Amino acid sequence: MTTASKINDPLIEQMGEVKERVAKVLELAKTLGADGAEVAMSRQQGLSVGTRLGEVENVEFTNDGALGITVYQQGRKGSASTADLSEKALSQAVEAAVNIAKYTSVDDCSGLADKTLLAMQSKDLDLYHPKALTTEQAIDIAKACEQSALESDQRISNSDGASLDCFSGFKVYGNSHDQLVAYPSSRHSLSCVVIAGSDDDMQRDYAYDVNRDFSLLDSGVDIGQKAAHEVISRLHPQKLSTMKVPVLFRADIANTLWGHFIAAISGGNLYRKSSFLLEALGEIVFPEFLSIQERPHIPKALASSAFDSEGVATQDRDIITDGALQTYLLTSYSARKLGLTTTGHAGGIHNWLVSTNNAQHSGDFDAMLKTLGTGLLVTELMGQGVNVVNGDYSRGAAGFWVENGEIAYPVSEITIAGKLQDMFKGIIAVGSDIDMHGSIRTGSVLIEEMQVAGQ
Amino acid sequence: MNKVEQALLTDSHIDDAILTNTLESMMGRQVDFADLYFQSSKHESWMLEDGIVKEGSYNMERGVGVRAISGEKTGFAYSDDISPQALQQAADAAKGIAENGQGGQVQAFKRQSPIKIYQAIEPLASLTQEQKIALLHEVEAHARQLDSRVSQVIVSLSGVYEKILVAASDGTYGTDIRPLVRLNCSVLVEENGKRERASAGGGARTDYSYFFELENTKARYLTYAEEAVRQALVNLVAVEAPAGSFPVVLGAGWPGVLLHEAVGHGLEGDFNRKGSSTFSGKVGSKVCSELCTIVDDGTMANRRGSLSIDDEGTPGQYNVLIEKGILKGYMQDKHNASLMGVNSTGNGRRESYAHLPMPRMTNTYMLAGESSPEDIIKSVKKGIYAPNFAGGQVDITSGKFVFTSSEAYLIENGEITTPVKGATLIGSGPEAMKNVSMVGNDLKLDAGVGVCGKDGQSVPVGVGQPTLKINEMTIGGTQ
Repeated sequence: MTTASKINDPLIEQMGEVKERVAKVLELAKTLGADGAEVAMSRQQGLSVGTRLGEVENVEFTNDGALGITVYQQGRKGSASTADLSEKALSQAVEAAVNIAKYTSVDDCSGLADKTLLAMQSKDLDLYHPKALTTEQAIDIAKACEQSALESDQRISNSDGASLDCFSGFKVYGNSHDQLVAYPSSRHSLSCVVIAGSDDDMQRDYAYDVNRDFSLLDSGVDIGQKAAHEVISRLHPQKLSTMKVPVLFRADIANTLWGHFIAAISGGNLYRKSSFLLEALGEIVFPEFLSIQERPHIPKALASSAFDSEGVATQDRDIITDGALQTYLLTSYSARKLGLTTTGHAGGIHNWLVSTNNAQHSGDFDAMLKTLGTGLLVTELMGQGVNVVNGDYSRGAAGFWVENGEIAYPVSEITIAGKLQDMFKGIIAVGSDIDMHGSIRTGSVLIEEMQVAGQ
Repeated sequence: MNKVEQALLTDSHIDDAILTNTLESMMGRQVDFADLYFQSSKHESWMLEDGIVKEGSYNMERGVGVRAISGEKTGFAYSDDISPQALQQAADAAKGIAENGQGGQVQAFKRQSPIKIYQAIEPLASLTQEQKIALLHEVEAHARQLDSRVSQVIVSLSGVYEKILVAASDGTYGTDIRPLVRLNCSVLVEENGKRERASAGGGARTDYSYFFELENTKARYLTYAEEAVRQALVNLVAVEAPAGSFPVVLGAGWPGVLLHEAVGHGLEGDFNRKGSSTFSGKVGSKVCSELCTIVDDGTMANRRGSLSIDDEGTPGQYNVLIEKGILKGYMQDKHNASLMGVNSTGNGRRESYAHLPMPRMTNTYMLAGESSPEDIIKSVKKGIYAPNFAGGQVDITSGKFVFTSSEAYLIENGEITTPVKGATLIGSGPEAMKNVSMVGNDLKLDAGVGVCGKDGQSVPVGVGQPTLKINEMTIGGTQ
């Protein structure tokens, strides 16, 4: 993307106008008596097409905008938001927020983030790669993706279709510390869901890719073939007997484990004493070969951002070093509750890289299967059976039974259970088969032992 | 002219002629159906934590969604600006799925006045701000005085006031005002360094006075605090749950999540039109034990999942899905119904104007059977009794579903004994439902807290059931 192309882009022009509106809304809040205020406004537009069995199913034109305002008045807080962006609605939102702040309580910990921590300038992280496709072009791409799945195996019996989504938009954030920052971004994804088998042995599975830059998306042919391969491999699953076995979480599923870890070290759960990792700073939480780094400024990455949702500048951080917890994930509110400083995690994490410092505890997917030996490979999890207060973990699962390092047969209708604190310490290896589809870049994760329930 | 027309059309300079012209401009040789969905909503929420009211928020939404259907194809566009210009722009985009026609036939609007299943009231104004704050404090105070082990209380209150208007090329013209309130109490209990959290709450399509009504001589808002504290204390002494296959007795009410997951989603018309559900092509077949009669009922007064009209203007209905184990029919929206040659069942729902309608559940429950709950427990030698659940999920193609208990006990020799920790239960929908061996006479609906997610869209729903026994399910404990 060159600077020249930005100038004639209507979206970039609109972003400039929205910055002015945000400044006006902040001004209005001040006029109405707020001693502090912050405003976030986003706009997103795009095209979504879905095809099924070679025919167009949906063509959706999306165009969303929203504004959220929070005001502070002598330690009291009020918020309002609106998806109606007319001038009248914006004024109503500010008035509503100011009105609410008359009734909420004084809270010493509330308020804007400290001014010294704010990102007063945005950073170009190369997140904006708009793609202008005609509806027909988008339909052709989705059709080709689905066709590749349908043609790759005769056992593909039905389809839930393929879809292509192209979105671009921007975020503007401003507050009464004179911060006013904005950045545009784009997101494109192509996915395919197919069905194999029939009657009482029908299976579905999917494949997808997502990227800031359309030209870097996996080809539709590859995505279709992957979806077909996934669903075919699931046909004729068996149940397992109830037993304790080693469990390998495939890379695309392993990010759920890190997600539970994120919940456990998030300020909100810590100050509410609702985490199994209270007082864990500096403690060994994972095996010593494991480290996690946060890198918020990777160009084009899905969770890159120069500032968090409170405007706090993001920075590279070590989360886990040699198995020990280096930082909590704090917002300015939870930080004040805990007597600490915000870590810029309002709104979530920013690109995590999970790694091992010892080749013995890593390897590609095949090597991970060999290390697993005989046990369970999990490729799908179901349900919400995770209790972050005490670490209890019990979820529905599907995947494959592995014997002597080789996949033997698919399994389903089983559960896996344990305690997260034990599961974390029981990690034997993390693969080099990194999944790049989300905000957490992790390989597959092998856990020494979990309880499987089945027949 | 009613209040909804005034707010959504007249104030934006839109009249019948503009609605008709917009629809006509979309209809053509290849567009068989088009509709316009206008919506405005106001939503407020208040949250108390650490004894103070920390957060209050107010949200406004307003817009119009325009849909054109051509066979199996749907074109869709929307705008957060309700104006004649924005309406025409959205219509031009939506009709792009079909070749340009000459402008087609639009039926004259038939203004319907369906039976009102809930009152057209504005819940946000039903209490003053001071009264809302006082309510939050009272719930907290009640929870804290119940037990000294209660160390934290979070109370939240929310209200929604929504107006919708649907106009369609088939002459459908309907308006609805939909109130919705919700109160929730979440507590943390602590003893000897052990902590457990539990929450309870309820709500309905009415105003905030609902929480002050008496339930067994006690104001409803107090019962939520009591229920949250009770569940948290049970879990404080819970032991590890067993792992393996056991008989399971599900309590009455909210455990009806079972039906929502094991049966409900698999009976939604879109999946069955596409043949992707484990229940596809099985109308008339036996899919459950003959003890099971399951309905989806949008007509229950003031219920969270109820609809006077659905989001396509079809009146809410009482639909028998399964009668004595035999599959009777699917839940339909207009699009899937017309492709399958049947009528809409009043299940066309959408999260907002910016989302496409789909077949969705309303209040889904199983009718009462003949067994007493005591006899059901007595019939189990070794198993699990689960009266409360956190939620569930289903794969409608393979039929596999899970739901996670938030309160459960061992049954030993016909008696409820030790509480066990939350665990996930997994089964196959059709198999689990064939294994229903006893159905209680104690049908109960949930307290009004259900949210159902499908394709990224959330809608409020209800569930219910009597106490029932499933001969065998897999329980995901650790022992």
